[in-house]
Amino acid sequence: MGTSIVAQNKPNEKIQHSEKILEVKNLKKYFPIKAGVLQRTKGHIKAVDGIDFFIRKGETFGLVGESGCGKSTAGRTITRLYEPTEGEIFFEGENITSKKERHLFNLRRNMQMVFQDPYSSLNPRKTVGTTLIEPLKVHRMYKTHKECREYAQSILERVGLNPSFINRYPHEFSGGQRQRIGIARSLVLNPKLIVGDEPVSALDVSIQSQVLNLLNDLQDEFDLTYLFIAHDLSVVKHFSDRIGVMYLGNMSEVANKKDLYDEPLHPYTQALLSAVPRSHPREVKKERILLKGDIPSPANPPTGCVFHTRCPFVMDHCKEVTPEMKEVRPNHFVACHLH
Amino acid sequence: MGQETVIELKDVTTSFFSRKQELTVVDRVSFSVEKGETVAIVGESGSGKSMTSLSIMQLVPAPNGKITNGEIIFNGEDLLKKSKKDMHKVRGNDISMIFQEPMSSLNPVYTIGEQLREQLMYHQPLSKREAHEKGIEMLEIVGFARAREMMREYPHRLSGGMRQRVMIAMALSNNPKLLIADEPTTALDVTVQAQILDLMRGLSKDYDSSIILITHDLGVVAELAQRVVVMYGGQVVEEAKIDEIFDKPLHPYTEGLLNSMPKLNDEQTRLQSIPGSVPTPDNFPKGCRFVTRCPYAMQVCTEEQPTLLEKETGHKVRCFLHEEGVGKDGNIDRRSKQTQ
Repeated sequence: MGTSIVAQNKPNEKIQHSEKILEVKNLKKYFPIKAGVLQRTKGHIKAVDGIDFFIRKGETFGLVGESGCGKSTAGRTITRLYEPTEGEIFFEGENITSKKERHLFNLRRNMQMVFQDPYSSLNPRKTVGTTLIEPLKVHRMYKTHKECREYAQSILERVGLNPSFINRYPHEFSGGQRQRIGIARSLVLNPKLIVGDEPVSALDVSIQSQVLNLLNDLQDEFDLTYLFIAHDLSVVKHFSDRIGVMYLGNMSEVANKKDLYDEPLHPYTQALLSAVPRSHPREVKKERILLKGDIPSPANPPTGCVFHTRCPFVMDHCKEVTPEMKEVRPNHFVACHLH
Repeated sequence: MGQETVIELKDVTTSFFSRKQELTVVDRVSFSVEKGETVAIVGESGSGKSMTSLSIMQLVPAPNGKITNGEIIFNGEDLLKKSKKDMHKVRGNDISMIFQEPMSSLNPVYTIGEQLREQLMYHQPLSKREAHEKGIEMLEIVGFARAREMMREYPHRLSGGMRQRVMIAMALSNNPKLLIADEPTTALDVTVQAQILDLMRGLSKDYDSSIILITHDLGVVAELAQRVVVMYGGQVVEEAKIDEIFDKPLHPYTEGLLNSMPKLNDEQTRLQSIPGSVPTPDNFPKGCRFVTRCPYAMQVCTEEQPTLLEKETGHKVRCFLHEEGVGKDGNIDRRSKQTQ
């Protein structure tokens, strides 16, 4: 991908004035496939294959796509839980792509993550208190244990749990409560950016709406920026300001929520949106675009546009040339030869 | 509709027994399914919807789980009175089931073909070759382009959506009168979900099969079902036609569920949510089971259990708000009939 989105985006700064808190340029993450006795690398799973986007301070950026599209890998690479293969990550203007682990200390404090599975993301042998207080001690936020504990309790209360739960173990909580603990853990260090990797998809609808509302409130209160990774398009629409659609390690479309849902430009986004079930039995839906076949393997992605094997509007051109991300309308970026 | 009832549940109660106590997970559940009709059972985890379906199939985990009461009338016979051997003939033949996890419902050490043939030959007098051809035909029906090759594949080679289609092919291969689909699309991506839903819609149309669809996703319900049974805490709390459920839900829980669903065509910024979480069977409230989370809870709700009443024709609800004399607005003009 040649020119970055950011350069193209400059004339449209009036849309939103706040500065960029995170910027990703041509980010790639390949996982080696090893085989044979000598475990030689036989190829690569191209989980994230060159994505560009940015997130402004205070906004919620939704990253959607189907399973295997690389959205979670993108989230983990940005937080440097995975080493990026190529590309650059800027956090508050600072290039953090190749920072050594020991220099990441402050970064970790400012960037926190909420995970999908509320059951496996909490240590079953640690009390809620230990889980919450440990980062406070590591980062020397408070001098005494008592202060740490009081602060942890106040955070617990803030996420809607009883402060007296601090001595309990994770198994004593329901899924929704555990997810609240996970959110509390991400909040204790007062971070600037929270990466939520499907934070509500394991929850029941009524609990899901509670947690979404909580995340919304916390955003205002703690001045947070969210990178919200999810597969449920209705949830993403509800929750995000801007949305990026990923397919097979590539970004297909990035736009404001309204533009993306009212007028999706990429054929994949159109298909994805048309597949969302109706919310009312009498709702009239646009004709459903059924995609044929399955997602190709990221170990051997198609040449040209990665979507061309399933695209209803495929042209010969698409099979050879990789489309570049272009700003088709103000703040609406699409990687498709149709536009 | 209303011509022929395929299955009728009457007061089905299923409990789990431990040394200390008896936990009732399905509490006097009654409903019926007509021919060609799709009935959705909706509820959150722990509401007893999956246990209801397992009760119909008599697959409740033994020895702790037991159906303690009720009748399940299928084809004029009570399934609960059938012997184990007779139930084998019913399962997979007259009634078949699709489970939530396509990953774990297929045997990883047999090919798709072997698994399809096995159950065809169990229920129908077919030779191996005939069963093989029938298997291929079924795979084609569920949309496999390379059905013949697919018969030789092992489950691990297929994606989630493909496995779920294989499961559907298997479930349908003996032309069941009733298909029970337990969260058939929950583990799948939206585009695959759309394929499966289209497939299921076609089936009920083309083969006139009845479907019991168990799901927590109201979007899936809106796509497929004609009638909805809402369950909470092991009980049916509301039952109505699909339009009525979405247009004028009577039970506060149904209302809450509908409101907490984020919608694509909605601009609201804040979701309404139901406070608290589903109670577990060992600490159900004494009165109405929803009372701890209900925005309209009244004194009577904490003390007595409401009964399931037919408020309007075909619209049943279990709530004191809609019971004679207790209703908040007090202008219930129709005499509500008791169902039992």
